[in-house]
Amino acid sequence: MPWARRMIVEERRWLTEAEFVDILAMCQLLPGPNIVNVSIAVGARFHGISGAVVAFAGLMVAPMILVIAIGALYTRYAQLVAVRGAFNGIAAVAAGLVVAMALRIATLLRGRRAAIVIAALAFVGAGLLRYPLGWVVLGLAPLSIAVAAWERRQ
Amino acid sequence: MTGRLGVVLAHFSLLSLLAFGGATAVVPEMHRAFVEVRPWISDAEFADLFALAQAAPGPNMMVVTLIGLRVAGVTGAVVATLAMCVPSCLLTYGVMRAMSHVRFSRWRGIVQAGLAPVTVGLVLGSGWILTRAADHSVLAYAITAVTVLWMTMTRRSPYWLLAGAAALGLAGVV
Repeated sequence: MPWARRMIVEERRWLTEAEFVDILAMCQLLPGPNIVNVSIAVGARFHGISGAVVAFAGLMVAPMILVIAIGALYTRYAQLVAVRGAFNGIAAVAAGLVVAMALRIATLLRGRRAAIVIAALAFVGAGLLRYPLGWVVLGLAPLSIAVAAWERRQ
Repeated sequence: MTGRLGVVLAHFSLLSLLAFGGATAVVPEMHRAFVEVRPWISDAEFADLFALAQAAPGPNMMVVTLIGLRVAGVTGAVVATLAMCVPSCLLTYGVMRAMSHVRFSRWRGIVQAGLAPVTVGLVLGSGWILTRAADHSVLAYAITAVTVLWMTMTRRSPYWLLAGAAALGLAGVV
């Protein structure tokens, strides 16, 4: 995302900083991979549906081909003892990165007691009890938005 | 294989519209679908695919591509990627069009504040599932813990950690 911002705002000057922040905020509210949504929003803004399609293809095609190649190599060599070992290490780091990311965004909830309860419910529901994501999201998101609206009025 | 492709298409199309907080938030559901309900991918392999996607350049949703590849080959990879993107892209496009008429800035703050706790819980759930899938030794748990500390306490790049952990793993001690 920082790379996308730098190119769109600083190098090409397609959008001002404020416009980019606006689009990013909206894309973070919508479901789906954020950077993909940004590509659609920026592409659509300049060239409608064809701009959106081109921006999406530009963002995705090269990484997808690369990752398919990497995945094929993985399938081929994953059984080698050395490769298996390296992955034990890398996967442990990757898991830690996700926990750290969760803790970092959790700081946004500081001081919001009801929100922390909802975060705990989402964790228990999706992570521990393994309920289907649809139930968890559709059950908690409306409640959570109502709580946020109520907090705002206080 | 067609059966698997259908599952990939249906599953990721639905996930696309539920992925508040991006691909990381839907890790528990991908694990549930492809490791638990249908045992097509092993636990360790799931953790590996996630790690590969994190390390590779490009959007971090690439784990979706890798799961599609593993479950239904190259076609599966393409179908999974498109299925994960197209529904949410259509929604984004629709909202972009509507935004020029409606000012929804008054609502934005509330919706944002409302979705944040759900995302926090889901991403923490992802961290939990990946830790359990990836870590099978005391040293592996220690590496995960050091990563959490490193990322929350310092602003240094995680690539040093990845390199160090890979070296430890190559040496066969993890």
